[in-house]
Order: sequence, then C-alpha cells, then structure tokens
Amino acid sequence: MTDATRAEICVVAVAEAFRGDGEILANPIGNVPMIGGRLARAAFEPDLVMTDGEALLVGNTLPVGDEGAPKVVESWNPYRAMFDVVWSGRRHVMMGASQIDAYGNQNFALIGDPAKPKAQLLGLRGAPGNTINDTTSYWIPSHSPKVFVEQVDVVCGVGYDRARKLGPAERRFHHLEHVITNLGVLDFESPDHRMRLRSLHPGVTVDEVVAATGFELVIPDDVPESRLPTDEELRLIRDVIDPNDLRTKEVAA
Amino acid sequence: MSEDEVAAQLRDGMTIGVGGWGSRRKPMSLIRAIARSPVTDLTLVSYGGPDVGLLCRAGKVKRVVFAFVSLDSIPLEPHFRAARQAGTVETRELDEGMFLLGLQAAAWRVPFLPTRAGLGSDVFRLYPELRTVQSPYRSPGGEGEELVAVPALELDVALVHMNRGDAGGNGQYLGVDPYFDDLFCMAAKRRFMSVEQVLPTEDLAAQGPVQTLRINRLMVDGVVEAPFGAHFTSCLPDYERDETFQREYAATARDDTAWDEFRARYLDVGGHDEYRKAVGL
Repeated sequence: MTDATRAEICVVAVAEAFRGDGEILANPIGNVPMIGGRLARAAFEPDLVMTDGEALLVGNTLPVGDEGAPKVVESWNPYRAMFDVVWSGRRHVMMGASQIDAYGNQNFALIGDPAKPKAQLLGLRGAPGNTINDTTSYWIPSHSPKVFVEQVDVVCGVGYDRARKLGPAERRFHHLEHVITNLGVLDFESPDHRMRLRSLHPGVTVDEVVAATGFELVIPDDVPESRLPTDEELRLIRDVIDPNDLRTKEVAA
Repeated sequence: MSEDEVAAQLRDGMTIGVGGWGSRRKPMSLIRAIARSPVTDLTLVSYGGPDVGLLCRAGKVKRVVFAFVSLDSIPLEPHFRAARQAGTVETRELDEGMFLLGLQAAAWRVPFLPTRAGLGSDVFRLYPELRTVQSPYRSPGGEGEELVAVPALELDVALVHMNRGDAGGNGQYLGVDPYFDDLFCMAAKRRFMSVEQVLPTEDLAAQGPVQTLRINRLMVDGVVEAPFGAHFTSCLPDYERDETFQREYAATARDDTAWDEFRARYLDVGGHDEYRKAVGL
C-alpha cells in the first residue's frame, strides 16, 4: 500500500512520457513537469539532456525552485541555441495549455477575437515551432471542460487533424505523445489520432474523466490504472527533486 | 549620448526593436525617455516585457510585433493585457523562433527566411501578411515541400542594454545569455546601446572571456551610460530583477490612480538620474 499522493502519481506519469527517449533534450515546462522530467533521468532514462531552466545544460539532478544548488554544467544553451535544438528535432517538450481539443490542437495565446481578445494569455510563444519539429506532450493540472474543448480559439500547438492537412514532407516530424492531467493520462494512439484515455489515476473513474472533457474521447474497454511510484522514486521526488513540495501546490492532495 | 537625445531621434510611426527578453536586461531608461517624449504611433518589435507594457500604457504604441509579452515572474504583462483587451493596440504575432528568423532576415538583407515553424498553426490568422514558399529542391520522400516564409523584420531603431561597453559602441554582456541584442542591432537602421558602465576599450576584454564581446561598433550608432539602466528588469551579474518594484508597477494596471501616481513619481520626475533618486538606487 503506497502513500503516494495524486501529485506524485502525476509526477510519475510525466516521467513515463520520457521513457525510451534516449539522448534527447527533455524540456518539461512548469513545476510538476520539471519534477517528472528530472525523475525520469534519475530513475530510468539516464541519457536525457536537461536544462537548469535557464541557459545551461546540467548533468546532475537539480532540486526545483533552488537557484543556489550546485550544478554540474555540461554545456551552454542560451535562448539563441535553444532554437537550434528545437529545429533539429532532438527534443521532447512538455507544454501547458489553456485549451486543447480532441486532436491535440492547443491554445495558450488568447480567448476570443485576436483583434480584441476577451482574455490575452501567453501568446504563441514556441508552440508552433515546437509541435511541427519535436515530440510534444502536454501537462494540464486541472482537467475540466473549460480546457478540453470542442474547438480551441487559436491553434498554437498543431494537432493531428491540422497535421493531416499538411503534406507528408511538412508533417513528417509532427508527433504528439501524452497528455497528463490531474485525473489521468491520455494519448493519441487511436486509428485517426483522436485523443484516447490511456490510464486513470487511482481513485478516478471513467465517468469523471468523461464529465471533465468537453469532447468525445476514445475510451478503450480496459483502461489501466496509472502507475504508482516505486519507493526509490518517492525518495527521489520527496528528498532530492522537490523537497519544498511545489508539486502539491499544483495538484492538491 | 543621453536618453533624451536617443528619444529625440525617433519619429511618429517608426518601427522600434527592443532587446532583452521578458523582464531581463531591457533598456528601461531609454524606454522611459520615449514615454516622456512626444512621439506616437510606434510599432514595437520585442520579446516583450515592461518595455511594451509601459509604452502601451503611455499611449505611444500603435502596433506590437511579438511572440509573448511577459514579466517572467508575473507571466502576463498586465498593461499589455489591458491594451489588448481594450482593443487599443494592433498586433502581429509570431512563434518565438519565427521572430528570430525575421530579425535575421533583416540583418542578412534577404526578404525572408524559410522555416517549418508555423505550418498547420493559426499564425497565419495572427499575421495576415505571412506567406509560404515551395522548396526549389526535392525533399527526402521525393516530393515537394512547403515552408513558411518569415518576412524580414526591418527596424528603424534598435534599443539594447548591455553590461559594459566602450564609447565607440563595442558592447559586452556578462550574464548567462546575450539574448538577441546583436540581432536587433543588425536588423536596424539606427542603433542605440545603453550600458551599465562605459570603459576604455582596452579594459573591456578583462571583464570577461572574449565570447562576451557580443556587440561590435559596426552595430551601434550611439552609446548611453546608464547605471541601473535596466531597472526594474534584471541585469545580471550587476543586479537581479527588482521583484518588489515590478509588483508595484504591475499593480498600476488595475488602478488608474495608482498609474497616475507611478507616472508622476517615476516617469515625469525627469531623466534617469532623477529616476534613480526616486527609486533609491
């Protein structure tokens, strides 16, 4: 019997997204994603390359939110160089989303009319370049019909239906992997790449996920439970990577 | 040069590129001088932060070309947000990497640079002038390939802030990231660089490794010595972001009286020396 919290199960689900990636830049954005990415490298995917959140690639496992922690610097990676990595494709990025639809089109630019938005949000940021070049996953801390919508207001991150309309050369690097939320994990491994329920976090039902999703999901007959952390993974999360418990601020216990 | 002399070079309707990134190493003393000047209808091209927000609030901005406008520790720049939601500024929005390519195209004097970034997205809705091109060469599958043609972002003026420089316009960054300041300079007709400290040329190389000498005097038309010239944004290693002041600045977006007080106390008070006294630097 584990005492793993929901946040810790989310962290492990994030880590699992990077399993098998090998020597690529793992670029999870946000606290829970950073914790999960660092866990993946520390626990089972040692060849991952990771940043310190700024301009350095570091070889050791850094605690989140601790600017003063000692770093084993591998290389210099200023914003200028980041685009070289993005456009090379040697990267798995995990972004957030204000809205996401059934095919993985993602929005965090604005709500409403681009000429006069109801809500100005982050902007396009790097989403178009990320999704056309790199393996992309999403982290959504609060799974609700406000986020999981029939149609996003602005397509920042490209989804599978949009990619399908592009030619084979244009879409050849497009690959959306996992969508991790506080309720479970989703992917696009259905025949037409419509979003599919991949796993439910312990204690979450299919009905809850369906009620929290504003479009029709592909739901397999058997939906497994999201994996629990091992004892060693819990130790890494609690003692090494997130000793200040930033994860619980994002995903309540 | 002084900040006011730089501001006097601007004309209504000009396209101004601003270096730095978000709330990092923004040439704020130059921005405040522009806010104090009579110039209007500017197009700002920026990896935006309080440079964009402050000039929008001061009524100087017609259009913003951006990929984000953020205060970093406060993710959404509140004055820019207010201007957008009121419909008082036009925008042209790009992906961050497309923005870089636009500056690079201007610097290299080519009309566009090709990229796959933007394909399949709504960037074409947010930047209606954007076009695509067909590759003149065959792609791996033997088929053709369409790419986005990012147009050159030609700037009338570039404004950047560096840690050190000499009077001739050589500039040095001493933090972890040069950002894109050199590219802004190379994309512009007139280039102005403020620095924390002007040094004799022979002393620059002693401040850091030669890789820090990122800007050369081919790229600069005027230098302003401005200690704390990036305040309240960060200018490492000289100083961190002033998070307390940034919060005070951000709060003025919620309250017109607060903005009027802020403006009186920090903008209309005079030039950069008076600003420093008002802030206590």
